[in-house]
Amino acid sequence: MHIVIVGLSHKTAPVEIRERLAFAPTAMQRPLQKMLELSSVAEGLIVSTCNRVELCAATKEPDLAIAAMRRFLAEYHELSPGEIDEHLYDYQGEDAIRHLFRVASSLDSMVLGEPQILGQIKTAYGYAAEFKTAGLILNRFLHKAFSVAKRVRTETAIASNAVSVSFAAVELARKIFDQIDNKTVMIIGAGEMCELAARHFVTNGVAKVLVTNRTFERAEKLATEFNGRAVPFDHFIEHLVEADIVLTSTGAPNFILGQRHMEDVLKRRKNRPMFLIDIAVPRDIDPKVNRLDNAYLYDVDDLQGVVQANLKERKKEASKAEAIVDQEIGQFHQWLANLEVKPTIIALRRKLEEIRQQELDKTFGNLKNLSGKDRKSIEAMANAIINKILHQPTTALKQSQNDASGNDYVDAVRTLFDLPAPADDDNEIRPLDDPGQEEQGVT
Amino acid sequence: MTVNILLFKVTLLVYFVATLFYLVGVISRRDRFRQNAVYLLIGGFVLHCLTLAVRWITTGAIPVASLHESLSFFAWSLVGIYLIFYLRYRTVMLGAFITPLALVLMIIGTTTSAQAPALNPMLDSWWFPVHVTLAFLGHAIFAIAAAAGIMYLLQERMLKSKKFSGLFYRLPSLDTLDSMNYKCLTFGFPLMTMGIISGAIWANSAWGGYWRWDPKETWALISWFLYAALLHGRLTVGWRGRRAAIFAIIGFGFLLFTFFGVNLFLSGEHSFRNFTGQ
Repeated sequence: MHIVIVGLSHKTAPVEIRERLAFAPTAMQRPLQKMLELSSVAEGLIVSTCNRVELCAATKEPDLAIAAMRRFLAEYHELSPGEIDEHLYDYQGEDAIRHLFRVASSLDSMVLGEPQILGQIKTAYGYAAEFKTAGLILNRFLHKAFSVAKRVRTETAIASNAVSVSFAAVELARKIFDQIDNKTVMIIGAGEMCELAARHFVTNGVAKVLVTNRTFERAEKLATEFNGRAVPFDHFIEHLVEADIVLTSTGAPNFILGQRHMEDVLKRRKNRPMFLIDIAVPRDIDPKVNRLDNAYLYDVDDLQGVVQANLKERKKEASKAEAIVDQEIGQFHQWLANLEVKPTIIALRRKLEEIRQQELDKTFGNLKNLSGKDRKSIEAMANAIINKILHQPTTALKQSQNDASGNDYVDAVRTLFDLPAPADDDNEIRPLDDPGQEEQGVT
Repeated sequence: MTVNILLFKVTLLVYFVATLFYLVGVISRRDRFRQNAVYLLIGGFVLHCLTLAVRWITTGAIPVASLHESLSFFAWSLVGIYLIFYLRYRTVMLGAFITPLALVLMIIGTTTSAQAPALNPMLDSWWFPVHVTLAFLGHAIFAIAAAAGIMYLLQERMLKSKKFSGLFYRLPSLDTLDSMNYKCLTFGFPLMTMGIISGAIWANSAWGGYWRWDPKETWALISWFLYAALLHGRLTVGWRGRRAAIFAIIGFGFLLFTFFGVNLFLSGEHSFRNFTGQ
């Protein structure tokens, strides 16, 4: 049995193509069953997100299956194969295993290390399991992929460090204040951008929210939403003394907060540090404020820079992750190879031979006065027993090669007779992980 | 005595390996190295305790009378205080500063005579070990403050300039580092003060005068004023962060000079030569 994958991703196809080849997540039954109708496909799975479509199958004839799946992908979406061929990639054998492991570990994602993809693959697998298009091989394969992804997340820092601007702001705040759950956020200008960034701070547990805006009603509205307090715009500087974190995005054409103001505020705060985030363009806070001790001023570009730095850091972690993927491929590949019928029969016969030899030795050891002829006939009897026992299972195994149940038989024989199989530790079904709070909108 | 020297050398070796682990851990983003460095350091510390205990038993006096002994004792206090901080703050990075410092002290220690000093009747006072122990514990705490100060300045620089190196992801937050500075000050300053007072009492019993303005006393007093100013600034004017970090670094520089400079370059009652007659 072989694993094959046919697919396309943000790396090979523009969004106009991807959207035409996507499968609706709510109606997976029909495409899955259609895919299984392909004669060369034994088991099938479809992963469809806004960044990729992957058809994954277990098959005996990898080349045939790939060709059929390429055609299926086009025809299902009522396109001619020529239209999409250049955007498709296909993998088989070890390459296919590596590909899915990498995708699940978010090494192939547009935003390296983003956590959604694992959840999306789990959902896709859920459908395949529900509609029974995934069998022994894909079950094992997908669970292995989940465990690889888990290893990558826990053993590397690929998913640490924020890669969205709002979340980067929260992380920077943690680098300054350590904990933000006893801190006060002040929102100046109740614009949409501010609201988004503020929401990140609120969900990460800041203690208090102050809102100010030129139109006081708007400030009040936002304040109730965040369970905070609105303060009049005319003397917001008075209230800055309370604020540890300041978010500004007013439409003011000039700086509304200068170095002088801030010097004064910091002094009244007894130099307790302040983190100022200026999302407004044109900017609201004089950049000179950053030169003051204990004031840290970031504008949109600065935050973007932090995101870039974090992405670079993730790339460095990616090489560690690739090494983990490489390690795990071998194991799964070995398990797959063991599903072959012939080696199983040989292993089974060897096992029984071993038992026969051991028992004969034991018996002859006890019966020392047997004649050569007696020994011969006892040996012959033992041999005959083994052959008779083996006859039916061997025939059944050989026959099963030609139908879909073959792998189940092989697996059963290997389990029942405890035949030496490769170490494979991750067989259990893991619950869905919470994909984490970061990053929005990869669907 | 040979057992003692062997123990000393093994301790030094373990500190050396721990330092290597810290450096590798900091340079190559391998967390496992830094974690193992902590374990090595704990092992080294246990050995070091043993070294000092053996020395104490064989010489019959708390081992701080010769330069060799006090270097070893200083390094021991440093590692011990760091490990206490580690329990509280879990900052592995701090060890990357403290361990090399302890190692350097130990290496300097190997170049000095490890022979037990002839017991000087002057040292035969309870005030002597009290004075030295308090002083070294104070020094060790201020060393932590200085290391936290260096980390603070590095971290602050990155946050201000918005250019982040790999170090950024491993250093603790500014707030943690600043609170370390304050903690060190609140423990270190009383220890230092009591160290100076106990020293004065001892001086009175040994030489018949509390204060003689010998270079070490003068420099110690200067350092004391520096830390007093920092503590005062922190409590009343709200000094913190960068300024407190710089003060802690300068203060420790003064302490190091008080310890080494005075012993090596200047002469006075505190020079070990006077103790041992070498």
